[in-house]
Amino acid sequence: MPDGDAPGLAELYQELILDHYRRPRNQGSLEAYTRRVALTNPTCGDELELDLLLDGETIADVRFSGRGCSISQASASMMTQLIKGKKLPEARALAARFSEMLHGSAEAARDKSLGEARALAGVAKFPVRVKCALLGWNALEESTRPQP
Amino acid sequence: MRDVRSDFPILAREVHGHRLVYLDSGATTQKPRQVIEAIGEYYGRLNANVHRGAYDLAVRATEAYEAVRSEVAAFVGAPDASGVIFVRGTTEAINLVASSLGRVRVQKGDTIVVTAMEHHSNLVPWQLLAEAREARLVMVELTRDWQLDLEDFRRALERAPKIVTFTHVSNVLGTINPVAELTRLAHDAGAVVLVDGAQAVPHLPVNVAALDADFYVFSGHKMLAPMGIGALIGKPALLDAMPPYHGGGEMIRAVHDTSATYAPLPHKFEAGTPNVEGAVGLGAAIRYLRELGMDDVAAHERALARYALERLAAIDDLTLYGPAGERAGVVSFTLADIHPHDLATIVDSEGVAIRAGHHCAQPLMRRLDVAATARATFYVYNTRDDVDALVAALEKARTLFGFAHA
Repeated sequence: MPDGDAPGLAELYQELILDHYRRPRNQGSLEAYTRRVALTNPTCGDELELDLLLDGETIADVRFSGRGCSISQASASMMTQLIKGKKLPEARALAARFSEMLHGSAEAARDKSLGEARALAGVAKFPVRVKCALLGWNALEESTRPQP
Repeated sequence: MRDVRSDFPILAREVHGHRLVYLDSGATTQKPRQVIEAIGEYYGRLNANVHRGAYDLAVRATEAYEAVRSEVAAFVGAPDASGVIFVRGTTEAINLVASSLGRVRVQKGDTIVVTAMEHHSNLVPWQLLAEAREARLVMVELTRDWQLDLEDFRRALERAPKIVTFTHVSNVLGTINPVAELTRLAHDAGAVVLVDGAQAVPHLPVNVAALDADFYVFSGHKMLAPMGIGALIGKPALLDAMPPYHGGGEMIRAVHDTSATYAPLPHKFEAGTPNVEGAVGLGAAIRYLRELGMDDVAAHERALARYALERLAAIDDLTLYGPAGERAGVVSFTLADIHPHDLATIVDSEGVAIRAGHHCAQPLMRRLDVAATARATFYVYNTRDDVDALVAALEKARTLFGFAHA
């Protein structure tokens, strides 16, 4: 694959990411949900809605819908795979870990607990695209914030 | 038109190891050495606050600032320089008119007419006015060929709107509106007309008097001048009847304890220390464009747009948006299922700068039935080589996303 002189373009658009973009996992909405958060990225118009069904502290089911670039959609898809069945504090810790990875932490990029989402580590080299990758995770953070 | 590339220092720089191919002049243009030097010259030799000092330097700075007002008037065919108000840009000019004219002209139940191809800057100020005055905002629809729907425009005029506003050139579609005809129809319906010339003045010969628009607005930074300077061209009789927009120094005649009287035009609308540096840069930009000749500038861009449309249309899975006939140097497109943001990232890796997104025109995006498009815009320094570089970079995007080469 040609990569010119821009570092990381091939990594950014690797097959796994394009696969999640074109065949998003857990796409759609839940008929019965406990939490629903819709976020937009006003600068680029990307939209994302995240539904969570909670069983106590556990994420029993999760779906997302929206439209946007390959990075925002693939990232949300990978996230849903990762958090399904996890307890809320664990899911929130993963979101924090993911954010560290996108801000350049090599240690976070090696953390196997991030699963396929580690494929997005290369986004850190494209600062204007970090907000794309975080859109779904920000929705997760917002929808799982401990309620007063 | 002569080759101007060597006048633009930034075009000599590289991006990701490639020469910079700048195709985002619709957002802001690059600046020629002549403009950059004029700003340096101003600060090196002329800087003082205008309109108040009795000393030589202040007089000269004031003369330089006011001379540009006359140059702006001449450049766009405004009959009277007192109707040229310096503003930060198109957005401020429209807010000024919406706020100031709106206060005296728009009452509860009145109608304001806008179009579906407006930039947010020529939509949101009217939404705010309509909300504040409990007026009705009517949006004129577009035809299937992405022109303004004249029948719908006439229907909107049947409501006897107080204000009618439309863009001269669409920043997404490149559509060039028939401004003189629209203005005549709106005047016949009793409306005051504001034309958004942000995408027109840099690219076409514009004669505001011939168009008969009551207000015509544009930005300097989209026509080789610095950011933060632009002009509102208004008919003096209308401007005279409008209340001030901002209060402060410069715009007063006399200030009493609890009231003030206001300066005559144009200073009534120029509160505070103005952007003299910007005005001086705008003057240099106008002289530069006059020397090139606006007819030649327009012809150069039309030829580039035609070439770009022809080459882009040959790319598999590429969709073009905009009118089939004549258009300005604006080309919007999408490519297969590759999101425009991904396209912009990929072509950037080849040094090609294009815009991706909703282009501050979300109502239009909904009518195009897309969330975003990619957009290339052309200006005096662009060449067929730039178009070729864009096409090659788009082919790279197809490869990266797994599409076979044609």
